[in-house]
Parts: sequence; structure tokens; C-alpha cells
Amino acid sequence: MHPAFSVIFFTTLAGAGQGLFTALLLGQVYELSEPGVQYGNEFYFNGGVIALVLLTLGLISSTFHLGHPLRGWRAFSQWRTSWLSREIIALPLFMASVFVYTVAHFMEMSFTATLAIGFFGMLANIGLFICTGMIYACLKFLREWATPLTVINFVIFGTATGFSVAAVYAGVMGPELVKPFAIIALIATVLGLITRGMVLSRNAELRKNPTTTVQTAIGIRDPNIKQRSMGMMGGSYNTREFTHGAKESFVQNIKPFFMLMAFVIPAVLHSFALYSDSVVLFAAALLIHLIGLIAERWHFFAQVNHPQNIYYQTVG
Amino acid sequence: MTQLALVIDLNVCVGCHACVTSCKEWNTSGSAGPMPDDNPYGADPSGVFFNRVQTFEVGTYPNTQTIHFPKSCLHCEDAPCVPVCPTGASHKREKDGIVLVDYDKCIGCKYCSWACPYGAREFDEHSKVMKKCTLCVDRIYDDALPEVERKPSCVMACPASARIFGDVHDPESDASKKIRDNNGYQLMSELGTRPANHYLPRANKR
Repeated sequence: MHPAFSVIFFTTLAGAGQGLFTALLLGQVYELSEPGVQYGNEFYFNGGVIALVLLTLGLISSTFHLGHPLRGWRAFSQWRTSWLSREIIALPLFMASVFVYTVAHFMEMSFTATLAIGFFGMLANIGLFICTGMIYACLKFLREWATPLTVINFVIFGTATGFSVAAVYAGVMGPELVKPFAIIALIATVLGLITRGMVLSRNAELRKNPTTTVQTAIGIRDPNIKQRSMGMMGGSYNTREFTHGAKESFVQNIKPFFMLMAFVIPAVLHSFALYSDSVVLFAAALLIHLIGLIAERWHFFAQVNHPQNIYYQTVG
Repeated sequence: MTQLALVIDLNVCVGCHACVTSCKEWNTSGSAGPMPDDNPYGADPSGVFFNRVQTFEVGTYPNTQTIHFPKSCLHCEDAPCVPVCPTGASHKREKDGIVLVDYDKCIGCKYCSWACPYGAREFDEHSKVMKKCTLCVDRIYDDALPEVERKPSCVMACPASARIFGDVHDPESDASKKIRDNNGYQLMSELGTRPANHYLPRANKR
């Protein structure tokens, strides 16, 4: 598949906003469990603003994927069947919840009220994670995506990014929360390393056992079939949308690159930062993680070998 | 229930691309507006087509056969491009089973093209909507045309009569009889999309 940067940035930024909101809510829950501890409305308000900025940037980025963004409202209609429609409902619902949550802290509403709003937001947050993942996982012919790991990874990566943001933010604002945030970011990063590794090895297996072949594509059983002509000399949508256009060596090299940048190096940096309480190290971990995650998301699209490509093998 | 479809006879397709050009001609001047061509006479031409004729070589030399293989939307009975559409623009008609895109509702998210395993949909970069074979829905019901011409443009153009148009749910239709008598098959049948279009195999292949 062709990796579209609009969707790469959307999923990365929205994941960060979703993870950050989870972290903020967890901060409030942490307050409940530790009597006497209070981080104040300002901490949650500013955090909420950061989450909203991340989500808004993601939303703006996602509209660049649409041919007619102004018709976007029509996408609310097909929630019965379409995971994309469900996501387009879940995203503004979640953003509205974060907005209300942030305003509630600004207006210094009671702890219980903000917590209740936060829990409602968390439901929308979980819904959004599931919708985003299912958009890809529900396409059963795209076998690289058709796995629960797709949904799980969106949750894990979003949590890793969001809690990394939260660790930096808490490092600047409220030091007591740095440790719990950073520990969750570290756990999510290590989990991400494992689950993304599982996807890589699953893909390698899938490539060995293709179910759809040129034989089933044209319905002829002969083992020796070669395409001599795809029916055109120039390109078309079919030759652009479903291929990444990069060299095979690039696709191979980006795998160790993103595994190191998105997971291994940030995990090491988080460990050192936890040991030394250094905000700079947390920030470095976040930055490297983000670069790695963008490369990861590029590969997430590029890894898919769309069955339609069987029909577009030979220029002629 | 009616399911209109094409039956393509691989015994007689000579790979002349007449169906490709007549499809383009009819649909570019039809109700759905132009099917754009970019840079048509330049080094890197590109354009929107609803129908392609591809060529495959089957077997090992010297025992090879050349198969010309026309490919357009198969109007699947369980069309995977329809439920994924967030706006309902991509739909399958109850009346005749034709899969269509409502170009006024399409937001151009391209999701339907990801869901189609056949690559039957092509995005129009100029009008920013997804386009596809309509089975010439603006021809086949046109009372102004003589009845024998109420067929898709590609069917009219084929000099070898390799394309048969009809209701594959009507056991008495020419299309159904051809499928029945000649072991007509569906593409990528393992995926469960149940394409309405069928292909008739070479008499000595399959």
C-alpha cells in the first residue's frame, strides 16, 4: 500500500493525544488513592490543552486524505457497517469529551465532576482506539492487517507516545507524577517492541503461504503463468495507490530502524531517565520515539501486499 | 432478484482492446462526467479506465497459450467495497445488483478501493471521487436506444462476442446458460466475494 503522510501523522498524533488523556485521568485516579496529594486544576487544564492540540493537528492532517473534506459530515451515516464511519463519529466525540474535561478543570469544578467527565471521555477514547485499529483489521483480504495485533498495536503505541508526552509534561509541571507516567511509557514501549516484532514475524510467514495467487486471480490452474501486459504502458491509480514506490532495500532497512527508534532506544532512555530524574532524557526519548513511530507507520502501510497487485505486474 | 453481470469468454477474446476504448468513450461523455487523462501524449501518461484488457502467458515454452483477460468491476454479490464506505456513496442496487458510486456523496477517502481485492476502482484526481464500472447503467435502461443496443458499451464493441451481458440469476438468460454449459467461474473465489461477473475457461484449460 502507498503510505499516505496524512494518515501517518493523523494516527501518530491522535494516538499521542489519546495516550496523554489517559495519563491525565490516571493522574486523577492516583490522587484518589493517595490522600493529601493534589496536583491542582492547572496541571490537568494545561495537559488537556496539549491533548487537544495534538488531536486537532491529527484531525487537520486526516482531512488531507479526503478528496472532499467538506462532505465529511456524510460519514456519520454508515456507522452500522463501516469502521471508518464509526471512527469519524468517535473522534469528535472524544475531542468534545477532552474539551469539556479541560474546561471543567479551567472552571475549577469539583474533583468528582471532572473525574466523571474524564471517565466518559475514557470510554470514547477506548472506542476511538478500537475504531482506528478496526479500519485496518477488518479488511480481511489484506492479511498483514487482518489480525487483532493491529488493534492492540494502536492501543500500545498510542499509550507509549501519550505517556512519554505526559512524563515530559509532568517533569516540567508536577514532579510526583513523572515516575508513574514514565514507568507506564516504558512498559508500553517494551510491549510495543514485542507486539510489533510479532507482526513482523507474522508477515514473514504470510509471505511464504499466499492464499490468493495469479492462478486464483485469473482462474487458470497452470503453475506457469506470467503476465505479459497489464493493459497499459503508463501508470494508473492501480499502480500508485497499492505500492509504496520505495526500493526493496529501503523497506528492509526501515524495519531495524523503527524497531530501534520507536521502541529500543526510548526504552533505554526511559530507564536512564527514571534513574536520574532527567527531563531532558525523557524529552529525548519522546523525540526519538516519534521519529521511529512515523517510520513504523510508513512500514505499516508499505508492508501490505494488496491482492490487486497480482493484476499489475508487467508494464505493457 | 436480478443480478446483471458480464460473462467473458476467454476462448474468443482476441485482446483487441475495443471494449477498453468504447468503455472510455461512452463513460467519459456520459452522465458521470469525464474520465480524465493526464499527460496523454507525454512520457508518463495516466488516466482513469473502468475496463482493462491484460495478457497472460500460460504454460512452458513451446507449450504456451496467450490468454487475453479483460478485467472490470465484477459487481460482487457480497461486495466488500460497499459496507466499508463511510457515507453510503458506494452501494449495491437492490433492483439489479449493480455496484455504483454516488459521485455526489463520495468524500474521496479511497477506503473502498483498499477493500476491493480486484483493483476495480480508480480514483479520479480531478473530480476527487472514486469511480468504477457502472455496467453502463445510463445505457441499459435508455428507452431512446433500440432494444438491441441496451447493453454495456463494451459488449456492443466486442468484435468477437466475447462479452455476454445478462441476468445471472435468471437461469434462462443467455449469460446463465453460458456459465452453466461452459463451466463459468469467478475470480479469486476463495475470498468469498461472489463476483457476479463470470469467465468462461479456455476449452483445454482449467
